[in-house]
Amino acid sequence: MNEMDITLAQYVAFLGKNISVRIIANNQTLDVPLDPANRHYAEIMRQVAAGELTIADAD
Amino acid sequence: MTKARDIASATTPNANAALLATFPHRNLIINGAMQVAQRGTSVASSSGSVVRCVDRHRCFARGAGAATFSQTSTAPTGQGFANSLRVDVTTVDSSLDSNDYYMIDHKIEGQDLQQLAKGTSDAKSITASFWVRSTKTGTYILGLFDDDNSRNISKSYSIYSADTWEYKTITFEGDTTGALDNDNNVSFTLRWFLGAGTSYTSGTLATSWEASVTANQAVGQANFFDSTSNDFYITGIQLEVGDTATQFEHRSYGDELARCQRYYYEHSGANSNWLGLGNVYQTDQVICPVYSPTVMRALPTLTKTLDGSSQWLTTYDGFTGTSSDASVSLSSTGTSTIASSYIYITGTGRSGSDGQCHWLVIKAGAALHFDAEL
Repeated sequence: MNEMDITLAQYVAFLGKNISVRIIANNQTLDVPLDPANRHYAEIMRQVAAGELTIADAD
Repeated sequence: MTKARDIASATTPNANAALLATFPHRNLIINGAMQVAQRGTSVASSSGSVVRCVDRHRCFARGAGAATFSQTSTAPTGQGFANSLRVDVTTVDSSLDSNDYYMIDHKIEGQDLQQLAKGTSDAKSITASFWVRSTKTGTYILGLFDDDNSRNISKSYSIYSADTWEYKTITFEGDTTGALDNDNNVSFTLRWFLGAGTSYTSGTLATSWEASVTANQAVGQANFFDSTSNDFYITGIQLEVGDTATQFEHRSYGDELARCQRYYYEHSGANSNWLGLGNVYQTDQVICPVYSPTVMRALPTLTKTLDGSSQWLTTYDGFTGTSSDASVSLSSTGTSTIASSYIYITGTGRSGSDGQCHWLVIKAGAALHFDAEL
């Protein structure tokens, strides 16, 4: 039961390290921590593993 | 009989329900009395959407139909409830497509379910009880899904009289197959169906635990979404170990709020507009420590609600403030934990020198949401 239609994903970095993933899903911006227990992050990683999503590098 | 013997006998299947009802912390449901609605007291679904209104209860409208989900003051008289969750159909789905479904669900962490001894020869039964009222009479389905092992059990109940509160109890037998993970992820999902297409209804209802077969999950479910006159109310939800439903365990608002905030909380102009003191990292970039009101289940996702000016934050250095729609991230590396972390804000529109202190204020009508729901 997928809740997320992700249209954009990009890492956010601070002090040279990625700290989160910023996504646009269902027309809303979400800042998702890199925590496998976070349901949004788990779904992002599922879509990445399935080849459905690519996360852009941080600016 | 001594108190020790009372307690000992209360742990057996034939326990006295009145004595069981004195045991605290037996309700595995959070916000079962629908007291807490941090996101707001009413939310309209669109067709095909999933929404959250009353805390911890997720509402699905996966089909052409739509509804307004709200926290209401309608409740069964004399039971001590002040609220219920209402589903008010606003768009009819009179002919369900095969994959359509409408339901309310409630997810529970695995580490809170270890007492069930699921997956062992000592597996315990579990009993759900709740008050329900619906314009639409007929057969309804309550399902219990084991997310760790993709197993399911479903039971039917009847709503006999339209627009009348009825009390329901349903016992799910213990499952000797499939242990639940002892962690902070979802292990059980309790599902109140309100409508389901043939993909969920074309088999035989899974009244015993089985490896999940979608077609067996909601067999016989009435279509509550067949009229805009239909209203469904539910409150007093309790899920407890054993085969006996006991009196609802009423908890204080503060207790329920703290339990809910393990999964979601927000800073908003309405309750805590002072986000905190931040330090300038570079020009208009600020880092600010944040402490959740309780230890959250996992590091939360951040989202913003903007005010009428499409802004959410005002950054002050001294008396002067600058408002913006700054970007915000929660650090999930290094020393960050689910109880304390820092947020990294860029584009505040307020320049400063490295190390300078800024006050960070959430604008009226705006909010910053922390979401660690299952």
